[in-house]
Order: sequence, then C-alpha cells, then structure tokens
Amino acid sequence: MSDRRPSWRSLIRVRSVDLLVAVLLAALGFGAAVQVRSTQVDGILASARSEDLVRILDDLSGRTERLRQEVTDLTAARVRLTMDGNAAALQEARRRTQVLGVLAGTLAAAGPGVTLTVADPDNGVRAEVLLDALEELRDAGAEAVQLSGAAAGPVRVVASTALVDDAGGVRVDGVLLTAPYTFTVIGDQSTLASSLRIPGGVIATVARVGGRAEVTPSDALEVGALRPLPTPRYARPAPGS
Amino acid sequence: MIPALALVGGVLLGLILEPTVPVALQPYLPIAVVAALDAVFGAVRAQLDGIFDDKVFVVSFVSNVLVAALVVFLGDQLGVGGQLSTGVVVVLGIRIFSNAAAIRRHVFKA
Repeated sequence: MSDRRPSWRSLIRVRSVDLLVAVLLAALGFGAAVQVRSTQVDGILASARSEDLVRILDDLSGRTERLRQEVTDLTAARVRLTMDGNAAALQEARRRTQVLGVLAGTLAAAGPGVTLTVADPDNGVRAEVLLDALEELRDAGAEAVQLSGAAAGPVRVVASTALVDDAGGVRVDGVLLTAPYTFTVIGDQSTLASSLRIPGGVIATVARVGGRAEVTPSDALEVGALRPLPTPRYARPAPGS
Repeated sequence: MIPALALVGGVLLGLILEPTVPVALQPYLPIAVVAALDAVFGAVRAQLDGIFDDKVFVVSFVSNVLVAALVVFLGDQLGVGGQLSTGVVVVLGIRIFSNAAAIRRHVFKA
C-alpha cells in the first residue's frame, strides 16, 4: 500500500489506520455475505418492506375469500345432489350429456347464428383458408359448426375434424367437399359476422385467392349433421373423477 | 493486500457464521452494503489517481454508510422508504459506475 521505508514508528502509525481500513472492509464483506445469504434463504418475504407485505397479504386474503366462496358453492351443490338423490344427479347428468353432445357433435344443435358461403370459381380456396375461417369462427364463440360442399355434406365440425386438400376440393373428415362451401355456425350473430369481416380476416383472405365469401345472419339455424361417438381405445376416466 | 485479505476474510466469516440479520436492521443492511461498495470503489479510484488517503477513506466509508442508512430510516418514517431506498441505490449505483469507468481507464488505458 505504501512504499515508505518501514521504520518502526511509521509502521505502527500506518498500521493503526490500515487496521481500521481492514476492519471496515471486513465489515463490508461480512455484511454483503450475510445479506446475500439472507436474501437467498428467506426469499422475498423477509426482505420485503411493510407496504409490499400489506399488498401481498391483501392479495392473499382476497384469494382466500374467493376460494372460501368457491368452497361454499361446491358444498351447497354437493348437499343439493345428495339430498335430492337420484333425481338431481340425473338432471345434472342429462344437462351435461346435452352440453357435451353438442360439443362432440353427437347431438343436433339449433339456434341463432350465421351462414358463411364461400364460392370458389378460380379453385383457389385451399384447406388452410377453410381452416382459418374455422379458427376465426371458434375464436368468435361458435358453439356448433357444420360444413357442406356443393354435392356432399354436411359434415359436423368438432375438435378433431381434419381438413385436407384433395383433387377438386377439400376432404373434411374423409368426405370430399367441393365449392361452394357452406359453414352453418351457431353462436352470437354479430360477433361471428364482425369477426369474419375484420380487415385481413376471412372474407378478405378468400377474396385474395379469387373466391367470394358471404355472411348471412339467421335467427334459426340447425346444425343437423351428426358424428358417431368415438370410443377411446386407451384413455379411461381417471379414478376419483 | 491487507484490505483485500480483510474483505475476503469478512466474506468467509459471513458465510461460515451465517448470522441472521436482526429485523430492525433488515431494511438498512443492503443499502449500507451498497454505500460501502461506493466508498470502496472511490478508494480504488483514488489509489490509482495517487491521491488515496486512509483517513479520507475511513471517514467517507463510515459517513456513506451512516447517511445512506439515515436517509432510508427517514424515508421509512415518512412512509416513502421503498422509493427513497430505490433512489439511494440508483444514486450510489451511478457513482459506482462512474468510479468503475475511471478505474477502467486507469487499468486498460481505454
């Protein structure tokens, strides 16, 4: 530290200050190490300030409140089910069957919605355009969809439906459909229609590939195409569910 | 040499002893460490500039730590402790950076 000639006196004098410096640096190292260690061990909570802790506590109690509410609701549902016995359980099961049936395409569905007709004189509408339209419809809250072509169809569209390009048309779940394609969609009319009409959306895409798409809202549509209920080969309901 | 050894010794001591930080000191220790780091960087820079003075270092180290802790303490009393400690860390961080830049110029001539 110093290049002074170490006479005893200067050595002692320098040493006392040096000692102080050393002590301070040791304190720094000690403090830093302790701080790092306590941050690692205690996580965020221990080093959080009181206002942050209050906020975290608030969040937690809000969540507790919600969960408690959920517990109350579920307990009430359970009590209802066990009290009314089979009747209520049966009703619930029937309701579920209907909801799931519409979802899986094993039940016909009726209601308001839109009809989307895609004419394709230039033969430019490929499967991906139809798939885009389908995704857009699903995003817009379509609840039941069927797709029909000029000669074949309709085919119920469900989660596992596949659209594949084929000569002269699109093969939907194995059925060859040819233009014009007609989507029959049950859902909120204005949401569905506006989701198809957004700039760069389905109608614009179809127009770009030389086709023509038209949306017709309707108050009473029927999605009557059905789909056989597939039996899972491997999946079984998990025990306890 | 001795200060470097002392620093290493302090770190080792902290790691080996694993003391828990008293609750009352918990908001101040990180700030104090940053303030002390600032003093150390300043000292290294002064050493390279050839104007290092033990006494100045000791005084600046102690006062840095005390002032930083005091500012945070005041902030806590006024209800702006979190923001104020952020401010202290930012200011000290800027100083550490400028000192580090000066040290770098000395060491690498660039």
